[in-house]
Amino acid sequence: MFSMLNIHREVCGYCGACVSVCPEGALELIDAYLSVSDVCVNCGICARVCPLGALEVVHEE
Amino acid sequence: MKSEYDVLVVGGGPGGATAAKAAVEAGLSACIIEKRPAIGTPVRCAEGVGEELLAEFIDPDPRWIAAKIDGARIIAPDGGELNLSPEMAGNEVGYVLDRKIFDRELVWQAAVAGADVFVKARATDAIVEDGVVRGAVVEYMGGRKEVRAKVTVAADGVESKFARWCGMDTAVPMAELETCAQYLMTGIDIDPSLTVFYLGNEVAPEGYVWVFPKGERRANVGIGISGKKSGKGHRARDYLETFVRRHFPDGKVIELIVGGVSVCRPLACTVADGLIVIGDAARLSDPITGGGIYNAMYTGNLAGKVAADCIRGGDVSREALMVYDRTWRESPMGKAIERNYKIKEFFITLDDEKLNTLINSAKNIEMDKFSTLTLVRELIQHNPRMLLELQALKKSLG
Ligand SMILES: Cc1cc2nc3c(=O)[nH]c(=O)nc-3n(C[C@H](O)[C@H](O)[C@H](O)COP(=O)(O)OP(=O)(O)OC[C@H]3O[C@@H](n4cnc5c(N)ncnc54)[C@H](O)[C@@H]3O)c2cc1C
Repeated sequence: MFSMLNIHREVCGYCGACVSVCPEGALELIDAYLSVSDVCVNCGICARVCPLGALEVVHEE
Repeated sequence: MKSEYDVLVVGGGPGGATAAKAAVEAGLSACIIEKRPAIGTPVRCAEGVGEELLAEFIDPDPRWIAAKIDGARIIAPDGGELNLSPEMAGNEVGYVLDRKIFDRELVWQAAVAGADVFVKARATDAIVEDGVVRGAVVEYMGGRKEVRAKVTVAADGVESKFARWCGMDTAVPMAELETCAQYLMTGIDIDPSLTVFYLGNEVAPEGYVWVFPKGERRANVGIGISGKKSGKGHRARDYLETFVRRHFPDGKVIELIVGGVSVCRPLACTVADGLIVIGDAARLSDPITGGGIYNAMYTGNLAGKVAADCIRGGDVSREALMVYDRTWRESPMGKAIERNYKIKEFFITLDDEKLNTLINSAKNIEMDKFSTLTLVRELIQHNPRMLLELQALKKSLG
């Protein structure tokens, strides 16, 4: 199975709450653009804390 | 942008601006780099700050004071009200700011004092040589440039990466990140001189709703909940919508504000060789209120001064910079964070029934001057049924 963190950019409020909880340091806020690096382990912590629901870990077979 | 400064400040919030100003006033060269194109926007704050605290650093100016607050009201889950006079509410009363103007003013003052300032200039990495932090790699106007400094100040807020690049673990535990949403509302019925806090597991699990007036009929209406209570369908924004529909159905929303506030303990150590970490980046917001404006300014000012002393003494090692870490921990701010962390740990264990009991019993407590210990002692007197847990709290507070 393949997992991946999806960012819904139209929902994101670029507040950086997700960046602060990321255990891997995979997220970074570049002004109004949230970036994910390949050290992301799809743990989903960011997706839970996001105040708007802009992040989602999707699983594909 | 020069390629070398005495002090390089990463982040142009209240912490970074105050640090740069203190550094230049102590005779150093300093530079602020801010990744956003404008200082102070987007706002990520409810904008409440204590009057006396702020006066330590800046004279009040009507341009950035949206409202003057005379008291606070806490609403229990059952609707019971606890009114706090200014003496009792202490640092929770004062001003509601207009941070777009306030933050700008602070950076302005740092610039006038002599600091360099660059916006849309982002640190992308730390320069670390033999374990010593020597500045930052900065992305600016499409290019990358090394900016070296004797001391680098990480003032990069809740989304801080700088200290992490220097090898510190700065991740906030999910349960200790308050995830927040706020509306700036207009056309609502409020008392413009009163801040109001709503508690309860239904309204805001492990957090609270705040109404901070910004003048007649307008206010910051926001909520923070624990990250561990947040998830699909029950996020901060969902709770805020529910609250607003019930309390201010006719209000209009003119701004949506989102953000995270850490309510964990501060970083175990806030310095390294050539590095000082301040404000939200050091996880210094208050674990109960989430307030961090003053804490950022206090640690910023201290960082600027300590950097100056250490640079003058020719020693910017971790040991030398430890003066900064020790000083803030022993300050009233540091002690308040430690005490409020323990109180927060107690409060999140309470169900709504117990919250009701405590808040309603606190109404009958008279205090001339606010003291947490007196309050806890009185609460024990008034609530014999909660004796054990309250005594445990009292003991933890020492
Ligand atoms: C919803 C909400 C409500 C709040 N309410 C209150 C309140 O009522 N009262 C109160 O006192 N506090 C409140 N706070 C907390 C308060 O906003 C912060 O504590 C305060 O802003 C911290 O100041 P700072 O200077 O440490 O960081 P910030 O103000 O966050 O500034 C950090 C700056 O660094 C910049 N930056 C980050 N990374 C980089 C990089 N790599 N390169 C360059 N620049 C970078 C950011 O863009 C930002 O401008 C609230 C917070 C939230 C989210």
